[in-house]
Amino acid sequence: MDIRSHEFQPRAVAALRDTSLQQALDKARDGFVAKRAVQVAELSEFEALREAAKTLKDHVLDHLDHYLERYEAAVVAAGGHVHWARDDAEARRIILDICRRVDARTVTKGKSMVSEEIGLNTALIDAGLTLVETDLGEYIIQLAGEAPSHIIAPAVHKTREQVSDLFEQAHGGPRLTEIADLVDAARLALRERYFQADVGITGGNFLIAETGSSLIVTNEGNGDLTQTLARVHIVTAGIERVVPTLDDATLFLRLLARSATGQETETYTTLSTGPKRAADLDGPEEYHVILVDNGRSRMLAGPFREMLRCIRCGACMNHCPVYGAIGGHAYGWVYPGPMGSVLTPLIKGLNAAYDLPNACTLNGRCASVCPVKIPLPDLLRRLRHEQFKQSITPRRKRRALAVWHLLATRPKLYHALERLAARALAAIGARAGRIRRLPGARGWTDGRDLPAPSGRTFLERWQAERGQS
Amino acid sequence: MSSAREDILDAVRRAAGREPLDSPASAALDARIITPVRHLRPAFDEDLTVRFIRKLESRSGTVARVADRAQIPAVVETFRSAHGLAPRAAVGAGLKDLDWPADWTIHYNRAGIEETLSVTPAFAGIAETGTLMLLASPDSPTTHNFVPDNQVVVLETARILRHFEDAWAALRERTGGMPRAVNLVSGPSRTADIEQTIQLGAHGPRRLHVVLVD
Repeated sequence: MDIRSHEFQPRAVAALRDTSLQQALDKARDGFVAKRAVQVAELSEFEALREAAKTLKDHVLDHLDHYLERYEAAVVAAGGHVHWARDDAEARRIILDICRRVDARTVTKGKSMVSEEIGLNTALIDAGLTLVETDLGEYIIQLAGEAPSHIIAPAVHKTREQVSDLFEQAHGGPRLTEIADLVDAARLALRERYFQADVGITGGNFLIAETGSSLIVTNEGNGDLTQTLARVHIVTAGIERVVPTLDDATLFLRLLARSATGQETETYTTLSTGPKRAADLDGPEEYHVILVDNGRSRMLAGPFREMLRCIRCGACMNHCPVYGAIGGHAYGWVYPGPMGSVLTPLIKGLNAAYDLPNACTLNGRCASVCPVKIPLPDLLRRLRHEQFKQSITPRRKRRALAVWHLLATRPKLYHALERLAARALAAIGARAGRIRRLPGARGWTDGRDLPAPSGRTFLERWQAERGQS
Repeated sequence: MSSAREDILDAVRRAAGREPLDSPASAALDARIITPVRHLRPAFDEDLTVRFIRKLESRSGTVARVADRAQIPAVVETFRSAHGLAPRAAVGAGLKDLDWPADWTIHYNRAGIEETLSVTPAFAGIAETGTLMLLASPDSPTTHNFVPDNQVVVLETARILRHFEDAWAALRERTGGMPRAVNLVSGPSRTADIEQTIQLGAHGPRRLHVVLVD
């Protein structure tokens, strides 16, 4: 997928004015947050599990080479194949080679964010293959010719009316408007595809070194149909997805479903280990895993290592006020929200995604809900610092920061100017109690009113009130 | 040119600031794989069977209890006629010995695209979340769990275990190693991809009925 993160500002403004998008976001926002809160309240061990998961993931990252080797050996012992891909191009090439070798025509795909990251869909279609996304959300956006806007709810930006339109175009009439009918229509449309598929591609939530299994969680069952009915099953996963044992995977599973969809467990958790056995009546004839690095080993070496603990639950974006206001597409690449604002610059380059680390109020909600305790605001702040060091920060902003530095290190001057500003703003906004337009601060007032200050600074009030007591 | 595998492993080791692990360090990590670390598990006092049923029903699964295996076909027949399904089913070969109604069309193969009902034996149940554990084998083909609109799963009440970890332990004790597929099923298929509204029967079964055999 081509990166468009450099267009973040205009796309964010357009998103705020997109009424369908705003309707869809309104419906999604509170649901995710409320459902998670219920599950977290019901599990008294939740906080302790978060700490344990953080510790476990750090242990795995410290010994990633060993666990990857053990995992690989276990996959091979079960009759599967492991392929290593340094970057997105190498991963695409490996998958296309497999498709060509088995003479594939139809490829079904379960949800896989790594496949988005490596731009797999375009590569498969360009190679003349028929590609069918099977997750309902992914199917909807494939019909719309769009990318996912959320890592676990890819079509969260679509309203029911928009889905009705897309299905009418794709499947023919009559136009369906009930959600039950729309789900049935997709079920029917995809059924034959599963059986026709030559290759089925899924992601891997966890890779288990103990058994050589890949593990996926879904609610729909589409991932299972994809990987069971195709002749060849290909798993795409980042190298950081390996865990030592089934028990270790369980620790993460208890956090994942609650953090992601606000459920105690997802409906289906599936472990796949190698291809069909001799006596089996179903299952794929070949089983392949593509271990994708694509910037991860680089991340492991530096100050952004903690980002590799991410288990892709989406809780950070569900709780992010910026994501909640503009949705995922404005971020311009595969991973949106707080985790995406860290990952995108690290994978695609600081220059390619300048705005993302800056499109954050550092309110900290994301870090407070992260099941593996990634300090997302700290990482975003560090990215800003890196941008500044590498002179990627625009000149205007650097100048503004220099002025800020000048004032902030001279308290007397600072307080004098602050008093002046407080009084001036109070005078401007005296009548309405708010300021609708402020030259020099259009970035703020174009989107919302600026509340008029009382006329006195915080320090003045503090001193006055302390004097009274 | 070095292989991608070596490049990636080298980069990982450079990040850790070390060479490949020496054999004592490597053996210690292998021991951690052989004897898994015991993590914190959600505590509960509830009776395992009561909890299993309560949790599964909370996610729209249904449960019937019978005193012995011979009653299974009657329960399946009640389920079938209640939902107006045709008298045919894909049955797991592990249930071949049961006395299935003579007027049904029954086969013991994988589930095909037209399949409407499957009847499948489960390896274990997990009380923690009301989850079924089904193992791929000729006796229990994976397609039974996902292709038909309706699935009946047979579970012995004595096979209801407390936590996921207990189910992994049971899996490790079993001969034949890891099955090709282990399906943990916690209810009928569902989706919330359109306007966050939960809808059953997205791609897998819309109905999941469990027969508990005491």
